[in-house]
Amino acid sequence: MRILKLATAGALALSAASFANTAQAEDLTLCWAAWDPANALVELSKEFEAESGHKMSFEFVPWPNFADRILNELNSGGKLCDLLIGDSQWIGGGAENGHYVKLNDFFDKENISMGDFADATVYAYSTWPKGTPNYYALPAMGDANGWFYRKDWFARDDIRKAFKEETGRELGEPKTQKELLEIAQFFQEREIDGQKVYGAAIFTERGSEGITMGVTGALYPWGFKYENTPGKYDMEGAVNSPEAVEALEFYKELYKTATPPGYTNSYMGESLDAFKSGQVAMAMNWFAFFPGLYADPNTGGDKIDFFVNPPQNTEGSTLGGQGISVVAYSDKQDAALEYIKWFAQPDVQAKWWGLGGYSAHNSVLNDPGFKDSAPFAGDFLLAMQNVKDFWQEPAYAELLLAMQKRLHDYIVADKGTAQEALDLLVEDWTEVFQDEGKL
Amino acid sequence: MSEKTAERVANATPVHIARKIKGLSDRTIAWIFVGPTIFLLLAINIFPLIWTVNLSFTNFKANRINRAIDYVGLRNYERILTDTDVWLSMQATAHFLFWTIFFQVLIGFTLAWLINKKFKGNDLWTTIIVLPMMLSPAVVGNFWTFLYQPQIGLFNYVVAFLTGRDASSFEMLGSVDLAPWSIVIVDTWMWTPFVMLICLAGLRSIPDYIYEAAEVDRASKLRQFFTITIPMVLPFLMLAVLFRGIENFKMFDLVVQLTGGGPGSTTELASIHLKREAFEKWRTGYSSALAIILFVTVFGLASIYVKALNKVKGK
Repeated sequence: MRILKLATAGALALSAASFANTAQAEDLTLCWAAWDPANALVELSKEFEAESGHKMSFEFVPWPNFADRILNELNSGGKLCDLLIGDSQWIGGGAENGHYVKLNDFFDKENISMGDFADATVYAYSTWPKGTPNYYALPAMGDANGWFYRKDWFARDDIRKAFKEETGRELGEPKTQKELLEIAQFFQEREIDGQKVYGAAIFTERGSEGITMGVTGALYPWGFKYENTPGKYDMEGAVNSPEAVEALEFYKELYKTATPPGYTNSYMGESLDAFKSGQVAMAMNWFAFFPGLYADPNTGGDKIDFFVNPPQNTEGSTLGGQGISVVAYSDKQDAALEYIKWFAQPDVQAKWWGLGGYSAHNSVLNDPGFKDSAPFAGDFLLAMQNVKDFWQEPAYAELLLAMQKRLHDYIVADKGTAQEALDLLVEDWTEVFQDEGKL
Repeated sequence: MSEKTAERVANATPVHIARKIKGLSDRTIAWIFVGPTIFLLLAINIFPLIWTVNLSFTNFKANRINRAIDYVGLRNYERILTDTDVWLSMQATAHFLFWTIFFQVLIGFTLAWLINKKFKGNDLWTTIIVLPMMLSPAVVGNFWTFLYQPQIGLFNYVVAFLTGRDASSFEMLGSVDLAPWSIVIVDTWMWTPFVMLICLAGLRSIPDYIYEAAEVDRASKLRQFFTITIPMVLPFLMLAVLFRGIENFKMFDLVVQLTGGGPGSTTELASIHLKREAFEKWRTGYSSALAIILFVTVFGLASIYVKALNKVKGK
């Protein structure tokens, strides 16, 4: 009888314990863009599920619709996402409109130090107002716009000889933006193995952010600034400076003389397709895609190499990447914070890099073996030292769409001059900041 | 309804229902039936319209709900009417509207006239011609982007074959000159069958005896065409123009899929411009004013047109 009582008590205790576990376990939804690193995160998160008992679901939205879909969700106070890896430019709106949970107290409580992450990523992905110790995200995915090229073509004797004859110098990775243009023009409509190839795949997309991300890759090396004095919104003479005009004219020349036909509305997917199908000698894209490109059976491996966005007057790369935030409308904020705590651990960050995600944790980036851990790792470090981002203001969407229009009008639709395009952009942005009450 | 039938219907009403509605006037019963519909109409159409008018006088932004809303008077309307981008989008819409309707009426009527002749395989040809309008605009937009692709697109190859030009020497979607025509071509391809069907209905409604009488009077075929066929089909044609006009004024999906409004803003029709202002820039007050202006324009034009249509029908 005593044994029976003990067994009954044990069974009750077990069922109570399991009930307690079930009650705490949550079904968390993480929202992000649908791209290669997202698949790596699914793999990585399995470990979190095993450790915490929480179940992870994912909502991945293709890049062209990512901003539309997720910002609509946030603006309507939707509960779809508990965790969001939102674009860096959203941080201002996320913070000011109350979409993101402020993480300072949580970081203090859990001893998560922002000093453990690369400075550029903390500044860009986590802080609002910019540079202040007010954190709304943990750096999740470091990224920048870089370049890759057909190493096998660059190594061919006949091509090298032709290039030397044409330009008087050796064919190799470009050291300046103008060298890049020269190489792209050299390959334009050249016949290689019986196929007509083209110079470079660049960003020209009109609808979301494509052409702005591409053009800033030229503007930053020319020394482009958004304001004369940071925080004053005094854009006249900075946004439309002679250097900015020159950079814009350069990008137009690159587009007109060295890209495949019909390349009028192209972004990440089109750039990858053009390269993988053997159409272009060089292409720009985000570092996030480089592991996949290197692994490609047709154009990866020995056939590909990578380089950081070349300098001109100065070094400069367009920032990509995102931080991970807890959505303020989520009913499962505690579990979401648990995920962030787990994700911030150095060993998880190391696994993240190993799976193809770009960790921004110093323990990963400063590891002596990091540079040689992948053919693009060294370039990634270099790029992250000189990254610049677009406006991160709450009105970023208006600012971005104005730039998309002015750039596409000038570069693709041949409307006006570079000077006029940038002057009009200053007018557009001034109007936006006036509406915002900042001017 | 005869008195007997009315009596039969009244007797058929179950007793317990009859008891409940006993004492209710006809007007009350009518309101009970019509009420839900009127409520839905007010909730779904009228209230949003009034709300939009209200928003059009504010600086409200739907993505900044924490920000104070200020009434700005007619500033949004003033901005729209002096905004060159709005006028450019209206010009692009007018170009698209005029040429799509022109080609669709021309080709649609010609096809209907040919199909109306009795020949072998008539039904099969009708089915084949009607196929494009059964497809989704998103699908049509997507596959035409491939057809227009300068390197692999069939359209470019056909043009190259006919003209001797290099297929990749022109870009239908990327050229400022050609892009407005590229969307006209696709819309014409897709919706000409619709106009054809309406014209066909018109042609088949003309009684044979009118042509027979004309034959007796020795009227030539050309004379018969201009004095019988065209006037009798005209109300149908005008109806087709009205339908296509309203549809194309708010055209969005097909053009977004094809050009996204580009290159630059060359094919940014009014509806695309409105969507960008409302749901990408989140200028809710401004876009409400733009929506009201577009609504008044369409409503005004449609009213004038319907009056003209009724006049033609009266004749």
